[in-house]
Amino acid sequence: MLSFSLKRLGLAVLVAVAVSALAFLLLRASGDVATALAGEGARAEDIENIRRIYGLDRPLLVQYLEWIGKMLHGDFGQSLYFKTDVLELVRDKLPTTALLALFSLLFALAVSIPLGIVAAVYPNSWVDRACLGLAVVGQALPNFFFALILIMLFAVMLPILPVSGSESWSNFVLPSVALGYYVAPPFMRLARAGMIEVLASDYIRTARAKGLSGPSIVLKHALVNALVPIVALAAVQLGFLLGGSVVIETVFALDGLGYLAYQSISHLDLPVTQAIVTLLSFIYVGLTLGADLVNAWLDPRIRVG
Amino acid sequence: MTEISTLPLVELVGPSPRTLLHRRLLGHKGLMISVVLLTLILLVALLAPVLAPYDPYAQDLGRRLIPPVWYEKGNWAHLLGTDNLGRDYLSRTLYGARISLLIGGSVMVISGLIGTTLGLAAGYFGGRVDSLVMFVTTVRLAMPLILVALAVVATIGGSLWIVVLVLGLLKWDRFAVVMRAATQQARGLEYVAAAECVGASTLRIILGEILPNVLPHLIVVATIEAASAILLEAALSFLGLGVQPPLPSWGLMIAEAKIYMFFSFWLIAIPGTALAILVLAINMLGDGIRDVTAPAAGRA
Repeated sequence: MLSFSLKRLGLAVLVAVAVSALAFLLLRASGDVATALAGEGARAEDIENIRRIYGLDRPLLVQYLEWIGKMLHGDFGQSLYFKTDVLELVRDKLPTTALLALFSLLFALAVSIPLGIVAAVYPNSWVDRACLGLAVVGQALPNFFFALILIMLFAVMLPILPVSGSESWSNFVLPSVALGYYVAPPFMRLARAGMIEVLASDYIRTARAKGLSGPSIVLKHALVNALVPIVALAAVQLGFLLGGSVVIETVFALDGLGYLAYQSISHLDLPVTQAIVTLLSFIYVGLTLGADLVNAWLDPRIRVG
Repeated sequence: MTEISTLPLVELVGPSPRTLLHRRLLGHKGLMISVVLLTLILLVALLAPVLAPYDPYAQDLGRRLIPPVWYEKGNWAHLLGTDNLGRDYLSRTLYGARISLLIGGSVMVISGLIGTTLGLAAGYFGGRVDSLVMFVTTVRLAMPLILVALAVVATIGGSLWIVVLVLGLLKWDRFAVVMRAATQQARGLEYVAAAECVGASTLRIILGEILPNVLPHLIVVATIEAASAILLEAALSFLGLGVQPPLPSWGLMIAEAKIYMFFSFWLIAIPGTALAILVLAINMLGDGIRDVTAPAAGRA
C-alpha cells in the first residue's frame, strides 16, 4: 500500500507541475497581455512600459519559474482589476464555491442513488424506463437555461427562495439544484449498473436463500458493494462541479470563486484567472489522488496490479 | 433454378450479420426517432435561407418584443415573435441551428482526430507511448475546461472559429481514453495477430484492422462530444465569451433575452428548447448506436 501510495503521489505531483505550466503558457500565449492591459487606443510606448513593469518582456520560462516560486511562498501577486491581494480574494470566495459544489453533489446523490436502486430492482419496468428517460432529458438541458427556468419559477410563481445573492444558506438551494442535476444521470446509471451486477451475485442468492426480506437484502447487503465505484466518480464530478460553478454562480450572482473567475476573465485580470485555474486543477488532482487511494484501500487488487 | 438452390442455404445459415444489424437499427425506436429529428434539424440548418421568412439580422425597432402567435398579442407575420431589436425570432432560431451544428461537427472532428490518434497509439503500442498518452490525458483532465476556454477566448477575442478551435483542442480527452481501452481489447484479437504474422505494416494494422473494430465506440464518443461541444458553446456564448453578436447562437440569444425574460419568457424558452431538442436527439443517437452495436453492454 505504501509503495502504491508513493507512486500515485509522485504522479500527482508531476501532473500538478505540468498543469500549472500548461495553464500558464496557454493564458500567456493566447494573447498579448500588455496590449490587453493598456486597453484600446493605447500608444506603443505605453504598451512597452506595461510590458516592462509587469516583467512581460522576459522569456516565458523565467516568468513561469518566478510565478511558481512566488506561488509556493503564498504570493499569488496583485489583482489588476480588484487591486487587492489575489490570495486574499481567492481565500474569501473559495468557501462559497466549495459549499456550492458539495451541496450540488449531495443533491445529485440524493436524487440518483434511490432512483438507480429502484431502477435496478425492477429492471426494464416502467420505473426503470422513466428514470432513464429523466436522465436522458436532464442531460440535454443546458444548465444555464435550467437555472433561468428555476429563477422564473421561484421569483414569479413561488417566491419562497431567493434567486440571487449569497447572504444565507437559502441562497444555495437553487444554484445547487441547477448545478447538481446535470451530474445526477451518470451517478444514476452507475448505481443502477452496479446494483444489477451485485444483485446477481452469489452472496445475494445466499441471503435470499436464508430467507432475508427483499428490502433488507437490497439496502444492507447489496448497496454497500454497489456504492464502491460511486466514490471514484464522486471525486471526479466534484472537480467538474467546481469548474461548472462559473456558469451557475454568474447566473445566480452567487459570490464565489466561479463568479470571481468570470469577473477576472472578463476584465483580463490575469493573476486572478491564473490563480483560480491553477487552484482548481490542484484540487482536481488532489481529489482523484484521494479517490485512487480510497479505491486501492477498499480493493487490494488495484494496489497489487 | 438458382432461386431454388439458394433458398435452403439462406435458411440454414440465417440472415447475415449485416442484415441482422440493419434489423436492429431499424427496430430501435429511440434510434429512429433521433435520426428523424437530426435529419429535420440538419435540413432546417441547410435550408435556413429558404425557410426563414425574414433576414435574421434585420432590425425593426417599431416591432420590438412581439410575442409568438399563440399569445393573445401575437400575430401571424412573426410566428415566434420578435426580439428586443425587432428581429424575427423564427428566422434567428432557424439560423441558430447552423451555428450549433457547425460547432458540434467541427469540434467533434478536431478533437476526434487528436483523441483517436492518441488513443490508438497508446492502446496499440502500450509501454512508454501508453504512459505518455495517459499522462497527457490526465493533465488535460485536470484543467477546468470551461474556465480555460473562457480565459483563452477572452484574451484572443471571441468568434465562431476561435470557439471551435479552442474547444476542439481541449475536448479530445474522452476520445483518447475510450479509444485506448477499445484498442487494447482489439489488439488481442486473432486476426490482428494474423495480420502481424503476414507482415502488414503497423499503420495498416491500426487503420485496416483495429480502427474498423473500434468504430462503434468511436461513433458513440463522437455523439457525446458533439452534444457536449454544443452545450459548451451555448454556455460560453451565454457568458458573452463565445460567439459574438449579432450571430444568432442559441446561447447568445438566451443571454440577450435574459433581462426581458420575466415579461417575455418565450425569448429564452425558444432557443433553450431548440438547444435541448438538438442535444437530446444527438444523445439518443449515441445511446441507440451503443445499444445496437453492443447489446450486451446495453445501458450500463
